[in-house]
Amino acid sequence: MARRLNLWRWVVLGLAALYFLVPLAASVIFTIDVPGQGVTFDAYSQIVSTDGFGSSLQLSLELAAATIAIVLLLMVPAMVALRLGAPRLRPAVEVVCSLPLVVPPIAFVAGIATVLKWGPEYLSRTPLFETFVAVQNQNFPFVLVLAYVVMALPFVYRALDSGLRAIDVRTLVEAARSCGAAWPQALVQAVLPNLRGALLNASFLTLALVLGEFTVAQLLGFQPFAVWIYSVGGSQAQLSVAVSVLSLLVTWALLLALAGVGGRTRTASSRG
Amino acid sequence: MTATLTGVDVAPPVTSVKRRRRVPGWLAVAPLLVFVAVAFGVPSIAMLNGAFSVKDQATGASSYSTENLTASLQGAYLTALLGSIKLSAVSAGIGTVLGLPLAQVVVTSRFRALREAVLTASGVLANFGGVPLAFAFVATLGNAGVLTKHLHLADHGWDLYSFWGLVIVYLYFLIPLMVLTITPALEGLRSQWREAAQNNGATAVQYWRHVALPVLLPSLLGGFVLLFGSAFAAYATAAAMVGSSVPLVTLQIADAISGNVLVGQENVALALSLDMVLVAGLVMAVYLPLQRRSARWLDA
Repeated sequence: MARRLNLWRWVVLGLAALYFLVPLAASVIFTIDVPGQGVTFDAYSQIVSTDGFGSSLQLSLELAAATIAIVLLLMVPAMVALRLGAPRLRPAVEVVCSLPLVVPPIAFVAGIATVLKWGPEYLSRTPLFETFVAVQNQNFPFVLVLAYVVMALPFVYRALDSGLRAIDVRTLVEAARSCGAAWPQALVQAVLPNLRGALLNASFLTLALVLGEFTVAQLLGFQPFAVWIYSVGGSQAQLSVAVSVLSLLVTWALLLALAGVGGRTRTASSRG
Repeated sequence: MTATLTGVDVAPPVTSVKRRRRVPGWLAVAPLLVFVAVAFGVPSIAMLNGAFSVKDQATGASSYSTENLTASLQGAYLTALLGSIKLSAVSAGIGTVLGLPLAQVVVTSRFRALREAVLTASGVLANFGGVPLAFAFVATLGNAGVLTKHLHLADHGWDLYSFWGLVIVYLYFLIPLMVLTITPALEGLRSQWREAAQNNGATAVQYWRHVALPVLLPSLLGGFVLLFGSAFAAYATAAAMVGSSVPLVTLQIADAISGNVLVGQENVALALSLDMVLVAGLVMAVYLPLQRRSARWLDA
């Protein structure tokens, strides 16, 4: 009985490992074992010098930084306030932060594209038109930041909610307040340090989301990193797979590091 | 005595809540709500509005009708919608069936490190695939893919750019999602239940058939629905892999947004989007009660 159970265990784990590791291994082989050239690392060394790599990666990172800043600025005060009071608002915020789950990105971008068309159609004589042009600036399309903040809300909500659940916000704030701290000071110096794990978690998830996001950016005609990989794929197969492998590994390493940090802070706080 | 005590205990927090609610509560939440109203509400309303409005080609005047919605449920659009539903249902079904044993093996494992590793990896794999994932599979099982060439899969009629090809790729993020979803429910299965079943002479199969699966059923259904929604909304992977050789509603919408539609059908993309939102909303409406139900079972 026990032996059969163990066999079953190994078969399941083995098949899972096979399915999840083979595509990665095969992709690496695909990039270094080029037909007619033998084993070569050209695909990897070419990445940096390829047109658009630097600019698209930079754009993605800038978008990620802006998205993280805005989503945290919006969410942290709101979530802390919900813990301190305003309990009637809590269901409202929960629903608002879950709504993006009901609207798939492709449907969301269809809506955004429609709104952006209003600019030239109806608003060309109003000052709002300038805003419409500005948010679609090719060098830094702010409209993508707006979309990504919305798409990150469910992740960030969950990360912050579990972080806040672990600490007693009210006691922290009241302690800081009775020591003479003003509201902003209590938030920044008493609450935020205790939320470090949750803030990191939320930031990393948002970073991974923005770096990998393709749907909205491609359909609105901008070229951050994921769209660049896609556009390279048509002409340079080896190169695009090499970049894909790298970007998957980098994203996963980031998220694994995050899981490590999250785990450690959790054990540290339970010990302290 | 007790009454006065509880009265004293309860009173101060209530007043302090009231005192604090006025100042920070609304002010801190308002920016978030305003932002969502603008960045999410306006596009949603635009979609809704566009889905129901029709422009008369001759006069240029627009009027409200359900013409777009009707069009979105006919011909190629209907084929795409059904194709998406079929692909999502099949891959979610397979993902559920394969994810359950993997989660079960991981949950009951004695090695903590293995558990942690698989659960962390699942969290990573479940959320982030997209274009890189598609290219990794093209390099593995595509026409010039490593496995295709070495195992001569093309001779056996293998084609990655097909319905089943997409299913195999989708499972790469659906199985981990299932593992994540079902793990809490599996952890809630008491070992006493298994022992009680064994003491009454039940075999492992009987235990699963009569005890474990009925308890897990709401969670399994909830997981299936979640997987369905995830597969249904996926666009990047399909776009990077198959182009348009498999009819999918996401690919149709993308085509329409990029301007590849007949004149007068621009708003059909919005109607299709509305169809998608309705399906996704239905998914959530089924998932949330199931989730609550399984949570109640396992906490009790």
